[in-house]
Amino acid sequence: MPDAAGTGSPVAAHGPAGRHTGILRLATAGSVDDGKSTLIGRLLYDSKAIFEDQLAAVERTSRARGEDYTNLALLTDGLRAEREQGITIDVAYRYFATPRRKFIIADTPGHIQYTRNMVTGASTADLAIILVDARNGLTEQSRRHAFLATLLRVPHLVLAVNKMDLVGYDQAVFEDICDEFSAFATKLDIGDLTFVPISALHGDNVVQRSENMAWHDGPPLLRHLEHVHIASDRNLIDVRFPVQYVIRPHQATDPDLHDYRGYAGQVAGGVLKPGDEVMHLPSGMSTQISRIDTARGPVEEAFPPMSVTLVLADDVDISRGDMICRPHNQPMVTQDVEAMVCWMSDSATLTPRSRVIVKHTTRTVKALVRDLHYRLDVNTLHREEGIDRLGLNEIGRVTLRLTQPLFCDPYSRNRQTGGLILIDEATNGTVGAAMITEGH
Amino acid sequence: MPLTHSDYSLSQLDVLEAESIHVIREVAAEFERPVLLFSGGKDSIVMLALAERAFWPAKVPFPVMHVDTGHNFPEVIEFRDRRVADTGVRLVVASVQESIDAGRVTEETGRWASRNRLQTVSLLDAIADHRFDAVFGGARRDEEKARAKERVFSFRDEFGQWDPKNQRPELWNIYNTRIRMGEHIRVFPLSNWTELDIWQYIAREELEIPSIYFAHPRNVFERDGMLLADNPYIPRGEDEPVFRATVRYRTVGDMTCTGAVESAAARIDDVIAEIAATRITERGQTRADDRTSEAAMEDRKREGYF
Repeated sequence: MPDAAGTGSPVAAHGPAGRHTGILRLATAGSVDDGKSTLIGRLLYDSKAIFEDQLAAVERTSRARGEDYTNLALLTDGLRAEREQGITIDVAYRYFATPRRKFIIADTPGHIQYTRNMVTGASTADLAIILVDARNGLTEQSRRHAFLATLLRVPHLVLAVNKMDLVGYDQAVFEDICDEFSAFATKLDIGDLTFVPISALHGDNVVQRSENMAWHDGPPLLRHLEHVHIASDRNLIDVRFPVQYVIRPHQATDPDLHDYRGYAGQVAGGVLKPGDEVMHLPSGMSTQISRIDTARGPVEEAFPPMSVTLVLADDVDISRGDMICRPHNQPMVTQDVEAMVCWMSDSATLTPRSRVIVKHTTRTVKALVRDLHYRLDVNTLHREEGIDRLGLNEIGRVTLRLTQPLFCDPYSRNRQTGGLILIDEATNGTVGAAMITEGH
Repeated sequence: MPLTHSDYSLSQLDVLEAESIHVIREVAAEFERPVLLFSGGKDSIVMLALAERAFWPAKVPFPVMHVDTGHNFPEVIEFRDRRVADTGVRLVVASVQESIDAGRVTEETGRWASRNRLQTVSLLDAIADHRFDAVFGGARRDEEKARAKERVFSFRDEFGQWDPKNQRPELWNIYNTRIRMGEHIRVFPLSNWTELDIWQYIAREELEIPSIYFAHPRNVFERDGMLLADNPYIPRGEDEPVFRATVRYRTVGDMTCTGAVESAAARIDDVIAEIAATRITERGQTRADDRTSEAAMEDRKREGYF
């Protein structure tokens, strides 16, 4: 055990799959100084996701560095350059499970290329943990983390006030930070916000409720992560099925398969049922769902994030990149897209008239940046107008003109049909991420 | 999967399966010449099963490839051939022996001689010869610290190399599949699966696996805390006596670098119970190839290893 002030009995490592309530994806934001790596190390260690050989390696390194306790932060070091330079280069993914849930942590660094990595990690997150050092209170960085989490529409936010041991577990310190953050949060569109006072180093309020902070009513962090309700974060209203692949077996010997034509894809929104009237875009033709196939047999319903194959009643010419929706609930069909862009290239800049390739759901089209309206200062949320370029890690509002229409929704309505990536035509690198805005 | 979902929730295995099928279909839709690496090990067994599910009722629309060191367990080769025949896919074998015979690589010598590292050359040669542009691998991010940083779609330059500091950002479930001639993408549909997920899926789907994953009697000897099978490919020292033990394999690789664990687990449920209780990682317990240095996997990955 890393330190004498441990957390008591760890939670059971692995439960039977049956009692699980699915997967929670979380993004952690913060720098090493905030204790982010220590917190992740603590979650992994206390949930027994750390194995003896991994712990032995960390203990060896800790001793070699002359540290007098096992430095759990070392558990998250990945690459040689990171261990040598004591930095985190990129997004790393960590896994742990409790009997209740499986967790996937997108662990993003607080150093260089910070915005790009945090945006990447947050894009799939159900929940973001923003770490604050209790001694320092809110910093520019914590405000930036909160802004990026809301820009990427991470549905749940946790402000974890860490290092409470270093402020004597003082309730007033915690409450001051919460008040200040709440005041700032009114400027953001935050869905669900939770505050937890913790000490990652000593394990207070991480897995076990802290004896040192009996004044705190809420559950410890892990308990919150296990119980936060994420099922309704998906859009189950607007049916969106981007066609990914057309399945045609061409097996003449089997008459059932000879004429089989199925449209495979991952449901991006809504609930589809056999018999439902659906519309195909771009044709605008309507038909019904005859059957929803999976390799395990037909299903009665399909909803996000299921991967299924639709068999339709009528012969409609449908190919990859098309969209299936409901006749009275269609996405936007547009060649002019308004979006917030996060620019991620360290070599090129985004300027008006930049040419890029857009990949949106299963559709890839060429695009021209028609307008660059403003750059957003991620620290002050100030809009800087009259600019002529976006550089690495900068965020701005653009209008894109596309060679073909997209079938899309505002990102605030659906993260799957509202997000797109920008690809450089020359280098094939992914140079930007964009979130489609309202008001077309 | 139940037929109706009152609260529209999916189990963790259902979510992982849906995500992997999406990845596999994306490759089939966007690449000209994909191939799936199939070793007969548990991860590639799950990957091939997912590929079958992704295209059902059609057949898997790409071939599978095995990089054969010539030092494989016979039980696994037999399983590989049978499984490939059942699936109806074409099998490409990239042979390390042929690479040695052709002078492309030089066999290691000494006590720790292994063809593990030589596989990279055979793999990259086969990718070039067959002009494969997407190569599915069964690597998981929970396996190893370098793998924790790798993308689902991992870009490789014309030398087959991975540059961990210069990876393409990967957002939502949108994958950048664009490459130039001679480059390729390694695709890891099992990125978010853990070892336990793999075993639970094998149990749930009743997938067949090679017999050596279950407890069986075998002649072994101990080296560096690992039980290695007594076999013609490893020079054994006089201080390494052979004894008979009841063992099973937790990972399946080359006979020269894959260790067995003592176990009485004869059925899949016993194996799952053991995995759930184990306190040592699978690679740490049974893979000599990762023990060379702290960054052994990172270094091999940069060169183009799986």
